Amino acid sequence: MDILFLLIPLSVVLVLGIGVLFWFALRGGQFDDLDTPALRILADDDSPDPGK
Amino acid sequence: MDLKATYNYTVVRQFAVMSVVWGIVGMLVGVIIAAQLIWPELGFNLPWLGYGRLRPLHTNAVIFAFGGSTLFATSYYIVQRTCEVRLFAGGLATFTFWGWTLIILLAAITLPLGITSGKEYAELEWPIDLLIAVVWVSYAIVFFGTLATRRTPHIYVANWFFGAFILTVAILHIVNSAALPVTLFKSYSAYAGVQDAMVQWWYGHNAVGFFLTAGFLGMMYYFIPKQAGRPIYSYRLSVVHFWALIFTYMWAGPHHLHYTALPDWAQSIGMLFSLILLAPSWGGMINGIMTLSGAWHKLRTDPILKFLIVSLSFYGMSTFEGPMMSIKTVNALSHYTDWTVGHVHSGALGWVGLVSMGSLYYLIPRVFGRVEMWSMRLISVHFWVATIGIVLYIAAMWIAGVMQGLMWRAVSPDGTLTYSFVESVKATYPFYAIRLVGGLLYFAGMLIMAFNVWKTVCVGKASDAPIPLAKPAHA
Repeated sequence: MDILFLLIPLSVVLVLGIGVLFWFALRGGQFDDLDTPALRILADDDSPDPGK
Repeated sequence: MDLKATYNYTVVRQFAVMSVVWGIVGMLVGVIIAAQLIWPELGFNLPWLGYGRLRPLHTNAVIFAFGGSTLFATSYYIVQRTCEVRLFAGGLATFTFWGWTLIILLAAITLPLGITSGKEYAELEWPIDLLIAVVWVSYAIVFFGTLATRRTPHIYVANWFFGAFILTVAILHIVNSAALPVTLFKSYSAYAGVQDAMVQWWYGHNAVGFFLTAGFLGMMYYFIPKQAGRPIYSYRLSVVHFWALIFTYMWAGPHHLHYTALPDWAQSIGMLFSLILLAPSWGGMINGIMTLSGAWHKLRTDPILKFLIVSLSFYGMSTFEGPMMSIKTVNALSHYTDWTVGHVHSGALGWVGLVSMGSLYYLIPRVFGRVEMWSMRLISVHFWVATIGIVLYIAAMWIAGVMQGLMWRAVSPDGTLTYSFVESVKATYPFYAIRLVGGLLYFAGMLIMAFNVWKTVCVGKASDAPIPLAKPAHA
């Protein structure tokens, strides 16, 4: 099963990469406020004639 | 008007309209091959109409043409609206549309001609594979470029799902399609034997996870709240859903290779990871459905919400069924039977299909300057026709699959097999007929949708919405 020497390290690298990305997102404040983002997309009026 | 002041809806419109066209093509081919299983004469002894050549055409058309175009359309729409910025590199975005469409046309020509690499869901030969890689990298540049130039500090959760889908599909495609070309139309896989099978299903199942799940979850997290006019049940849970899903997905693939030459321990790992996936999947499903908590009455009157919420029910069903089928003892019964076909279609017709249609019904009028689709009644008709079609389809395949599994393993007292293989084929015959009826209904629903879209486009006007002015940042 030589292929596992490719696929397992690839998964490990990916998981580490995801972990680093998560850390940066966390430190960057992406998850500081987990309430308003859900409301924010509703405030965006995407009907064809906004403000009508 | 200054180009920077409007959203790029042109590419969204192109992909949205083509996804309806490809939906019809892909589902028509599906109906034809379902009919061929009942009446094999329908191949007319023509090699390019043979089941073996049309079947990859069907899967490629529905997954990559219909599903892919919907993903492009919705991700381009969502990333612009949530980042409040025009799509990055507009020329490149236009290129992704024409490139992707060319890939689909090439697939529609080469697959019936029998030009195939023989890898399931990755049948296209190496020149087309190279083109896919170029288009996909362009897609990544457009998408992540838009994220990078966003005017909102927060990245909405749907974009995380789309981002993971784009990046992972790039890696999967490059690793699995590695091949040695011998002529323009023929190449040999870089891997051999069981190694090739392992790579193939590492690709195959992660394609299900990231192409057919993560991307469509991105749609779900945007269009359900928008259509319901309510925030997602728990935004916190959606973030947990995302990270849990991508951290645990990668190793479910070996469950496609139970009881093969793959080492036992690798099979067991595939089973274990498949079972783990039940948790994030159901977390996401509950999160989406509970968004309607306190507003269930909307489900009675709003046909678009019916599409979106019922798609989540099918998502929940197939993400329960999948882990269960990956358990080795269950798999011993289900493997190679039509149960697998039923499972795939409960996910494909029920989850991917319905969530795409619901999203397109939301999206298409908005990019054509209309408040809603030409006929809301026809959306409702489409919903019921499609849902009844799915139920007939998957119920027929469940019964057929379990019956086949039981017939194949039945042993007479004298130790011989009770049934010959052809007896199980004969017993499946009525279920193939029911499946065809289900498929025809689903296809009819798609025709209703195409008519409705056509009417909407005719009365509508292609217009690009202005980007709301930047508001001063609040503390």
